[in-house]
Amino acid sequence: MPKIKLPTKSPHIDMTPMVDLFSVVLTFLMLTATMRQPEPAPVDTPNSVSEKPTPSVDIMTILISKDGKVFLNVDNGKDTLLNYREKILTEMGKQYNVDFTPAELREFGKNPSSIGVPMEKMKEFLDTKDAASKKVFQTGIPLDSLNNQLASWVLYCRQVNPLVNACIKGDTKTEFPAVKKVLDILQDKNVNRFDLITNLEAVKITEANTPK
Amino acid sequence: MAEIIQEEQVKGGKKKAKKHAPHIDMTPMVDLMCLLITFFMLTTAFSKPKIMEIILPEKIKDKKDKQEPPKIAKSRTINIILGPDNKVYYYAGLVDDPKNPPILQVTDFSPNGIRKLLLERNTALFRKIKQFNDDITSGKVTMPHDSIQPAIRKLKNDDDTGPIVLIKAYKAANYGNFVDILDEMSIIGIAHYIFVDINWIEEKMIETTLGITPASSQKK
Repeated sequence: MPKIKLPTKSPHIDMTPMVDLFSVVLTFLMLTATMRQPEPAPVDTPNSVSEKPTPSVDIMTILISKDGKVFLNVDNGKDTLLNYREKILTEMGKQYNVDFTPAELREFGKNPSSIGVPMEKMKEFLDTKDAASKKVFQTGIPLDSLNNQLASWVLYCRQVNPLVNACIKGDTKTEFPAVKKVLDILQDKNVNRFDLITNLEAVKITEANTPK
Repeated sequence: MAEIIQEEQVKGGKKKAKKHAPHIDMTPMVDLMCLLITFFMLTTAFSKPKIMEIILPEKIKDKKDKQEPPKIAKSRTINIILGPDNKVYYYAGLVDDPKNPPILQVTDFSPNGIRKLLLERNTALFRKIKQFNDDITSGKVTMPHDSIQPAIRKLKNDDDTGPIVLIKAYKAANYGNFVDILDEMSIIGIAHYIFVDINWIEEKMIETTLGITPASSQKK
């Protein structure tokens, strides 16, 4: 009796549905992605119940790291043609007698990331191409009373873009005097309204908490 | 794909024309996609950070512009001082006699700490705001979405029984405490709170409570 030969199935797995699914996920991620900004210092923001989203334009973010270093980030405005960053740097250059070449200005303007470079080192910083050696320059903006560069940055940011809002992004562990110093500098420049950047944390509160 | 193979076999008829199945090996593609997905998932900032607004009192730079500070009721005032190690110190009223300051009470940021304390004093306003929010969600009161916030603000402004909280920070406090206490204010719905500089009497009070000798501290 002849054996019934069962058709041997090839050990191929049909990957088409998997590929389909992956492409959907990939497309979704690519479209919704807002790239995480690389920060010069890791910052662990505190939590709050506030549900207001951070605006993406017209903000200057002052980053205060755990060890009290201060960095500043300002955006280019709602239209990239406005080139606020380049204008601010030109003004800063005028005050601190640093001449920037158009290439350096463009380098500063095109990637809006936090900067913590003293003006004396700014030219070197912008000329450096390597990301690792660039990081060495990020020593924080000087803000002592003799050389208060943060005050000048704040002043020119507001001159160039009058709509700018001050955001403060601090680490939970930052010592308060460091924050106070920044707040004082901002208040000296007549900034009295701040946005503190926080993470959302849900807190439930009921009448049960109130004693009868 | 399986269907296509069968069709070809039927059509072909001849045995020798055994065509290769039009399988495309998708494994490299899947590999690549896995990599891309992982990359995007790691670089995407899913939760956008939120902001909390705070308005500080304007600094008076010119002596000529100096105004009399607004008078507030002593009975409604609570002073909160942020201390080291996530502790909160508070006292009610004001320091009448610098020689004999009020005793500082200590509490923390847990729900049974500062929140309970302030909620006790702010119950009336808290209930009002809660009632208002419940009415909105249950549909008892209909109102355009953008006028809800102003309405709550009005409730807060009309309040004249709740506490007036003065927040101060001792130098050993950290930024997290500062955000936490402001957060508590919005959770509890305190109508009147302000962040002010700590004065030397209060610094001294903290130091006495902590057991730090006054000599090691700087006088302001």
